[in-house]
Amino acid sequence: MDKNKIIELKGIFKEYNGEQVLKGIDLDIHDKEFVTFLGPSGCGKTTTLRIIGGFVTPDSGDVLFNGRRVNDVPPYKRAVNTVFQKYALFPHLNVYENVAFGLRLKKEKESVIAAKVAEMLDLVNLRGFEKRSVSLLSGGQQQRVAIARALCNEPKVLLLDEPLGALDLQLRKEMQIELKKIQQRLEITFIYVTHDQEEALTMSDTVVVMNGGVIQQIGTPQDIYNEPVNAFVAKFIGESNILPGIMHEDYKVEFAGDNFECVDKGFRHLEPVDVVIRPEDITICPPSDKVINGLVESVLFKGVHYEIMVRAYSDLWKIHSTKAPEVGSVVGIDFTPEDIHIMRKMESSEDYAALEHLNEQRAGTGEEAGTVE
Amino acid sequence: MNNLRSRLAATPYLAWMIIFMVVPLALIVVFAFTTTVPCDAEGNILTDEEAYLIQEEETLIWEEQGTPEEERVSAVSEKTIFTVQNILEVNKYMPTMLSSIWMALVATVICLLIGYPLAYMISRMHFVSQKMMLMLVMLPMWMNFLLRTYAWMTLLERNGLINRFLGLFGVGPFNMINTQGAVILGMIYNYLPFMILPLYSVMTKIENTTIEAAQDLGANRLTVMWRVVVPLSVPGINSGITAVFIPSVSTFIISRMLGGGTNMLIGDLIDLQFLGNAYNPNLGSAISLVLMVFILLCMSITNAFDMEDKEGGMLL
Ligand SMILES: Nc1ncnc2c1ncn2[C@@H]1O[C@H](COP(=O)(O)OP(=O)(O)OP(=O)(O)O)[C@@H](O)[C@H]1O
Ligand SMILES: [Mg+2]
Repeated sequence: MDKNKIIELKGIFKEYNGEQVLKGIDLDIHDKEFVTFLGPSGCGKTTTLRIIGGFVTPDSGDVLFNGRRVNDVPPYKRAVNTVFQKYALFPHLNVYENVAFGLRLKKEKESVIAAKVAEMLDLVNLRGFEKRSVSLLSGGQQQRVAIARALCNEPKVLLLDEPLGALDLQLRKEMQIELKKIQQRLEITFIYVTHDQEEALTMSDTVVVMNGGVIQQIGTPQDIYNEPVNAFVAKFIGESNILPGIMHEDYKVEFAGDNFECVDKGFRHLEPVDVVIRPEDITICPPSDKVINGLVESVLFKGVHYEIMVRAYSDLWKIHSTKAPEVGSVVGIDFTPEDIHIMRKMESSEDYAALEHLNEQRAGTGEEAGTVE
Repeated sequence: MNNLRSRLAATPYLAWMIIFMVVPLALIVVFAFTTTVPCDAEGNILTDEEAYLIQEEETLIWEEQGTPEEERVSAVSEKTIFTVQNILEVNKYMPTMLSSIWMALVATVICLLIGYPLAYMISRMHFVSQKMMLMLVMLPMWMNFLLRTYAWMTLLERNGLINRFLGLFGVGPFNMINTQGAVILGMIYNYLPFMILPLYSVMTKIENTTIEAAQDLGANRLTVMWRVVVPLSVPGINSGITAVFIPSVSTFIISRMLGGGTNMLIGDLIDLQFLGNAYNPNLGSAISLVLMVFILLCMSITNAFDMEDKEGGMLL
């Protein structure tokens, strides 16, 4: 067994008012890892985090800390601390007392507290704000206090629920870098919730993509981006062209009215699939017989690149390019076999979960994946 | 601009306050420091005996001369003079004063002990249940105050419901009515909602995540209460205490109905001076003035606690 595992979730189910919010979450989190839960609003990220924090009890399934089952351990006895979605600072205490709260509960000596609080405020760049009332701080400053307060207890694991959600873009970017630095400096595990895919990709060691209470994919940012396991992940992580296709045999796929060579295999004969091609993987070339030809419908300047929409047959292609073709001109759409990602069709996330389960069993790696109804 | 408008908007309230609060208050002060004494035609103050003698004499003369009723004008008239006598006289009623304060204090503390956990529980409930519970808290207040108190009389009487019920088991009867305990019970029963409501309204503003944050940092249920909930509900505690203590300390109906006259409160005393046979509005005013000063002192103490949080919690 992997000795590095600090938190394990095993077959977690949670239901609210008859609605299944989590449908069998299996997840291992390793020591000193920066893990991000990424998914659309309402997919169960906060609920999962709260189960780890001990604020929500799962209907079934186990939560393990260092291999020990902690389902019934109350939040105040868990070695994790949380930065809440809306900061949740104590309005009756000033910055210093907010940060010192956990240490006071531990009945630390005043000198120890003072030193620790100073260290934490240094860490989050809030030196000199000790006596300030927290209600008079800006959103970014409140956020920093919340982080300092949670870190003051020296948790093994820090849970952060969309900590930068309320900040403007500029500040968010700065804080992302700072948070990553803090994590690396303190060498602790961060479990970070966000619905911003860019944030997830820049900060994480591991990204957990969730949708509809089901984990869609777990992997490094590169894995998630380059090898999305299904159309949902592909669509959610960055932009994608998703086209219906049919797999004829290994390495042969038909879509957009043509047959293409690809690098995927292991599908049924004539299995309907989703074909995913990233806009930036496509190059625009002069029209010819060898490529798909289409009519440029629009060109939008996006800063680093142009976003070009090209209509070919009934498909609308999104292409990112640094060169802008003329609107109304005919261009060729070119890509290599490596740029084609073939994904099993999925009607809904439930279907997908079932499929994933099946795959695991086939591969014989499925340790004990949560039962799928 | 804004300031001016808000000042304009406040004018009606200001007028209301002046007419119905400041003026009566001033009258009470005037009454408390004055008394009416007899005096002769020159305005010299007379003792009661002197006045009596003069009037006797006048009456005799008028009878002799057969002066008609309309023409009989006495040389003795009344005059209002400044005096501290009334205030000094309040001293005589110190025991009543102290026992009133003591009983009101006990009632307030018990209301706080009952009301605080209750208000906290309600504030943590589901929204719909919160409304329901609040209704239940308010329900007794829909009944007439006298009726409510009267109901307790029939319960506590020597052959009232409680004693009869206990009698079934061969216990009692207990002497419950006409005791201090009965009066305090009446106060608690009548004024408990005034404690719960301000506490509740402050507590609903405490976010669940704030409590969770405290738990997250290592606080168990008790510490959460002590370190987070109580400090954040100080404004509610203050208004609750004020809202229960003040009516309790000056009530007279409750003590009359449940205390049976043996447990006189300041309220009864004041009532006696204005409407009772001890008619003396000046003394009555003096007593209420002393009471008022005392309450103001109490309030400034609780307000001092409040100074730390700038949010005033006065609700009622
Ligand atoms: N205490 C609760 N009672 C009832 N339903 C709840 C409760 N908490 C969460 N839910 C429901 O569970 C689902 C998942 O909620 P959750 O807060 O985990 O989503 P999320 O992924 O964090 O979304 P967001 O990005 O908007 O914060 C939602 O449909 C939500 O309405
Ligand atoms: Mg959330």
